Amino acid sequence: MKAKVYVTLKPGVLDPQGKAIHHSVELLGFQNISDIRQGKYFEIELDGNLSASEAKELVSKIADEVLANPVIENYRVEIES
Amino acid sequence: MKYGVIVFPGSNCDHDAYHVISKVVGQPVDFIWHKETNLNGYDAIILPGGFSYGDYLRAGALAKFSPVMKAVKKFAADGKFVLGICNGFQILCEAGLLPGALVRNKNLHFICKHVKLRVENANTPFTNEIKKGQVLSIPIAHAEGNYICDDKTFQELEKNNQIVFRYCNDVGEVTEEANPNGSRSNIAGICNKNRNILGMMPHPERACEDLLGSTDGLKIFSSLTKTIENQTGKNMSDGS
Repeated sequence: MKAKVYVTLKPGVLDPQGKAIHHSVELLGFQNISDIRQGKYFEIELDGNLSASEAKELVSKIADEVLANPVIENYRVEIES
Repeated sequence: MKYGVIVFPGSNCDHDAYHVISKVVGQPVDFIWHKETNLNGYDAIILPGGFSYGDYLRAGALAKFSPVMKAVKKFAADGKFVLGICNGFQILCEAGLLPGALVRNKNLHFICKHVKLRVENANTPFTNEIKKGQVLSIPIAHAEGNYICDDKTFQELEKNNQIVFRYCNDVGEVTEEANPNGSRSNIAGICNKNRNILGMMPHPERACEDLLGSTDGLKIFSSLTKTIENQTGKNMSDGS
């Protein structure tokens, strides 16, 4: 079983890296891009002993305590069986 | 009195802090490896600058799980003094000992230069030898020093006088131009409500000797040292 965790900056938190990437993308000539925000993505392998809901609970706890800083970031957990 | 300087894997200003306490301030000091779980016998703990755990995940994010941090939390809860410098400030925020967070500098650059700081609160154990409004020259060296917090936290900080240092210009005006990294309200250092924990991005340990161009940082260490001396003296007379 695999869990995927997406960590993104909360709306309103300045993302200078996203802005720099956006700038480069525009310099390359790509158009119709209104904003780019950078985040983090984690893949977590789980052993098969957990139900999907147990896995989600476990990984959400990991995301909350380690992967994301709740002061500035949000996270989303997906479980793949 | 005894100081302790915590050494995380990746700390690199630990020796600077140790040097200043032992040679310039002239007080006993130990290095404390991050696996230590007992901080008995210490009066003040310094979390030094550097790149603990290579800044992996987020600056300070992994150091907060080091065994010593449980002891630091207890140490702070007992009212003893904790000073976080640069990466140490980032660790204190990640650990929840100070509010808010430090994110990437607004201009994305690693900034290493002398800046001016205005002392906003001289009524803390770390600043009581300085006058409110005094301008200090102390260097910064960071890529993630952009202090952010939500409106509610900011109001709390202001209400409780927890903002200790703000970036300012040469004459002490807090201006947008004097803000090197985009920090909210030019915040360079904050303390907790109890005033026994201070986190600051600038490096006072790099400004304690004439050779280094400024001795303003020494005022912070001497304030703290005097505070501890007074406390210890009081405790001793209480006990007699």
